[in-house]
Amino acid sequence: MLQIKNLYVEVGGDLILEDINLSIDEGEVMILFGPNGSGKTTLIKTILGFEGYKIRRGEIIFKNKVINNLSTSERANLGLGIMFQHPPKIYGVKLLQIAEYLCKDKENIEKLAKNLSLKAHLSRDINIDFSGGEMKRSELFQVILQNPDLLLLDEPESGVDIENISIMCKVLNKFLSHRKKSALIITHTGYILDYIEAKKGCVMIEGKLWCVGEPRRIFNTIKERGYEKCKECVWSRRI
Amino acid sequence: MVKENLIKIDQEDKESIASSGFEFEESKRMATFFQQDDEPFLFHSLLEGVDILPMGELLNRFPQFYKLKGEAFKMLKKTLPEDINKGYFIRVKKNTVLELPIQACLFLKKANFKQKVHNLVVVEEGAKVYLITGCTASKSANEGFHLGISEFFIERGAYLNFTMIHSWKEDITVRPLSVALLEEGAHFVSNYVCLRPVKDIVMSPVAILKGEDAKASFNSLILGYKFSNQDIGSKAILRANKTQVEIVSRVVSLGGCITSRGYIKAEAKYVKGHLECRGLIINEKGRIYAVPELETEFRDVDLTHEAAIGKISKEEVEYLCARGMSFQEAQSIIVRGFMDVNILGLPSLLQQEIKNLEDKILNKGL
Repeated sequence: MLQIKNLYVEVGGDLILEDINLSIDEGEVMILFGPNGSGKTTLIKTILGFEGYKIRRGEIIFKNKVINNLSTSERANLGLGIMFQHPPKIYGVKLLQIAEYLCKDKENIEKLAKNLSLKAHLSRDINIDFSGGEMKRSELFQVILQNPDLLLLDEPESGVDIENISIMCKVLNKFLSHRKKSALIITHTGYILDYIEAKKGCVMIEGKLWCVGEPRRIFNTIKERGYEKCKECVWSRRI
Repeated sequence: MVKENLIKIDQEDKESIASSGFEFEESKRMATFFQQDDEPFLFHSLLEGVDILPMGELLNRFPQFYKLKGEAFKMLKKTLPEDINKGYFIRVKKNTVLELPIQACLFLKKANFKQKVHNLVVVEEGAKVYLITGCTASKSANEGFHLGISEFFIERGAYLNFTMIHSWKEDITVRPLSVALLEEGAHFVSNYVCLRPVKDIVMSPVAILKGEDAKASFNSLILGYKFSNQDIGSKAILRANKTQVEIVSRVVSLGGCITSRGYIKAEAKYVKGHLECRGLIINEKGRIYAVPELETEFRDVDLTHEAAIGKISKEEVEYLCARGMSFQEAQSIIVRGFMDVNILGLPSLLQQEIKNLEDKILNKGL
């Protein structure tokens, strides 16, 4: 589904990502761990081709096609979808407008809005006066309606209470249960591991990917020893 | 006047006229006035509480109101540029509350024609009315000119929501002049919508709040096309205690030059005034000049302003592109959101009509 080969990325002239190699197969969920500022969001934004994220070297291959030079909308239309960590507020643009753009089935929109407790938000300007949890639910709502083949989730659970994490993960699991859907999930807290079945995880530190393995084991190691120790201990298994 | 006059209008002109908010079926209107060049084609009211007629007939029918001509301008110590006998007179009688709006349209048909109108609107004590006035030109009206003088008399406790929709074309020059006088507790909402090209327009409608507790608001939605020059402002003079005004404008330059002015003068105590101008520049060649002005000699006043101009936020565009929209689609939906018809304070039916007009124009792309 997604292959990243030997990727170097710069932002504002500074090299942020170095020699990234990654592959996510069809139906696979990969968890990306890493401390603040390690480059996780940069990786996701580069995959989507946002302005300012310049590929110095390497390739991003999605569905067997090199997408380095495609625009963000072309990548989205090819099957990439993102749940933003900090989505912008857009005055005058209603959540329903976006929903109707993404999905022609009104019943489906209504049903999903109900499941994610967003019915009252449909007529509101997007992200204006939304709480942290509402923003996350609205992001998930949109990306599910978009129906991408590879979901890029940037800290989907941060700022969301336990009850809402469970509601969101239920929706997410249902979507991912379709065996062809894949996801790359960035997490800080690891809470999401209690709800989502993922077989592969990796750690990003200082713009490099350091290891790959079973996500719960990686997360336990991080919890016990911190990211620095994690880096030392798995040095030999560098991907 | 017979409705046949309107039936004769060809389809292309009908579309221009409809783009200025005019409803030919009149199913959602209480009264109608239509003038082509300097000829009143149609005027009638479905309600006894509303008089609507051409200015040319005012002296004979209601001499007492004819005397009001020019009175509002005198309050500004200004005399009118010309004595004009075209345009409309509308009177909404005491305590008449209209569920549906009154509509008026001033249409330019002939080439090189100078249309000059003087409109008088009297909203009597306790009455409430929405008035939608469309000004537009036929394709044939090359190098046209429109001078529109309007005077509004809003009596004690009355409410007037006046929405003016300009739907011109690249070679039309427009000079509207208007003054509204507000008595005690009167409420005046003046909306201005201009979404089509125009050659040159200079206007700065004035509201004089001379009765205590009177309220006014001016809202403008302006799209500036390449080669258009729009110098548009709103002025409020708070002449009585406890009066309030709010001036809000949203302007988008697609390459045109827009000057967005706002002026509030507090001449009494305990008054409140707020000015807000927001502008977006889409095309590199566009220009927006925001001029907010506040003036007073009193201490017990609350006057504020905010102005912000800039380009469309990159994050907003990327956000929508990540949902699959093209750059153009994303830009267009953001501009449509920015030009928010909710600021016009219209009843839902009329608001939807204006939104549909806006969608029709903006959906064609910027």
